[in-house]
Amino acid sequence: MTTLEATPRTAGARLVGEARGPGLDLEAHLRHHGALALPERYSSSWADWLLGEIERSGLTGRGGAGFPAHRKLRLVQAAGGRPVVLVNAMEGEPASAKDRFLLGFAPHLVLDGAEVVARALDAEEIVLCFPDDRLGIGRHLAQVLSERSAAGMASTPVALVALAGRYIAGEESALAAGVAGRPARPRYRPDKSVPLRTGRREAVVHNVETLAHVALIARHGAGWFREVGTSEAPGTCLVTISGAVERPGVVELAVGTPIGRIVELAGPTGTVQAVLVGGYGGSWVSHDELAVPYAPRELATFGASMGAGVLVVLPLESCGIRETERIARFMAAESAGQCGPCVFGLAAIADDLRALADGATGSEGFDRLVRHCAVVDGRGACRHPDGVVRLARSALRVFATDVASHRRGVPCAGSARSSLLVLPPFDPGRR
Amino acid sequence: MAKRITVDPAACDGFGFCAGILPDMIGRDEWGFPVVVPGPVPAALAKTAQRAVRFCPRQALHLEETSDDR
Repeated sequence: MTTLEATPRTAGARLVGEARGPGLDLEAHLRHHGALALPERYSSSWADWLLGEIERSGLTGRGGAGFPAHRKLRLVQAAGGRPVVLVNAMEGEPASAKDRFLLGFAPHLVLDGAEVVARALDAEEIVLCFPDDRLGIGRHLAQVLSERSAAGMASTPVALVALAGRYIAGEESALAAGVAGRPARPRYRPDKSVPLRTGRREAVVHNVETLAHVALIARHGAGWFREVGTSEAPGTCLVTISGAVERPGVVELAVGTPIGRIVELAGPTGTVQAVLVGGYGGSWVSHDELAVPYAPRELATFGASMGAGVLVVLPLESCGIRETERIARFMAAESAGQCGPCVFGLAAIADDLRALADGATGSEGFDRLVRHCAVVDGRGACRHPDGVVRLARSALRVFATDVASHRRGVPCAGSARSSLLVLPPFDPGRR
Repeated sequence: MAKRITVDPAACDGFGFCAGILPDMIGRDEWGFPVVVPGPVPAALAKTAQRAVRFCPRQALHLEETSDDR
């Protein structure tokens, strides 16, 4: 197991600049980005302009799902009430450190973005949601908020809420439930065009990185935002890279940068076998596919997505099946425990992967794994089980040669190696 | 009007009444949870489908208009 040091290296960076030393305090923030011009009170024409800019910018959510940012806002706007803006700093993805890095280095940019969204929606309140196993984030944010109020910055009322730091707690319906004081578990939402609610209010949930981009779009406009990235997926994004690299950490890159280039920046320690892309509910991409741009449409060719901005480099010596098993085991333990196919299915998939990694299964066990993937896919209230299915299927594709020899009862030497992954210890008391 | 069957998987506890009432459209996975045949409910099964919905102990089974795409 490895730990993540959020050491930034930047390339054409907007959010974190040439990040060195301590984070930007309010003075440094204003010097670097300039003041944020906001209307004195709610203005529908300014709100229309802003939502139009966000739409034209092509900004998509950076928390994992990649949903167009403006659509969430318009959904809540159309509901007509005074909503609450939920700032999602949960970052439950173990291989991700970008959100807490951003909050540490450029917290005012994130809070600017939250304020912009709150003004555009005439929101009653902003709620900053952070994980209760990283209380330092909350303390830091409290200090940042007092810095803003001491400077006389007018603000929508802001609350800080610590929620159980579990993988699933950052799922947006779970977050909305947690803020309302209910268990932070995902809710079944067949119709995503119905806005989320927390208590009596409509809620819009945005990841901290998404909000930082909003803060820059409000300053510089959509045209500026689109100057980097691809025409389909404009802008920059934060990526956390870990695994077999000399410099694990957070980088900011133009969307569309080839994965191989990002890996090169971090300095692979040896021969790269594959890269895990997106997160623990993401996909393996093979070493001979690393020319693929880090952008949604191109990644989709390999069944992958940008996800939460995670890359984990797997070296040649490691066993991809064993590492996949470890992730599946973690994800099974992180199930919210609500849906049968997730509770039983993920444990079954992890067991199938273990048997395959051990070389203790023949074709029958392999077929069982394939069947379990088909049975579980799409049958949870949220996408948690689908992510594990996607990961397992990508392992069977990318590590096909190893899979064949494991099936013959000959596991590779790497299957006995210790893990390169960031895997928090499973604590059954934390459900 | 054409309707389809949906399951709220968070509410469902796998009692299996639905599969018993409507075996033509609902099977069960190896853990007992319902697997629904996708697509609209044929007119001949509409009444039975309504019964399956009514008898779900967790009210996890729903009949929805087929207008949306999922």
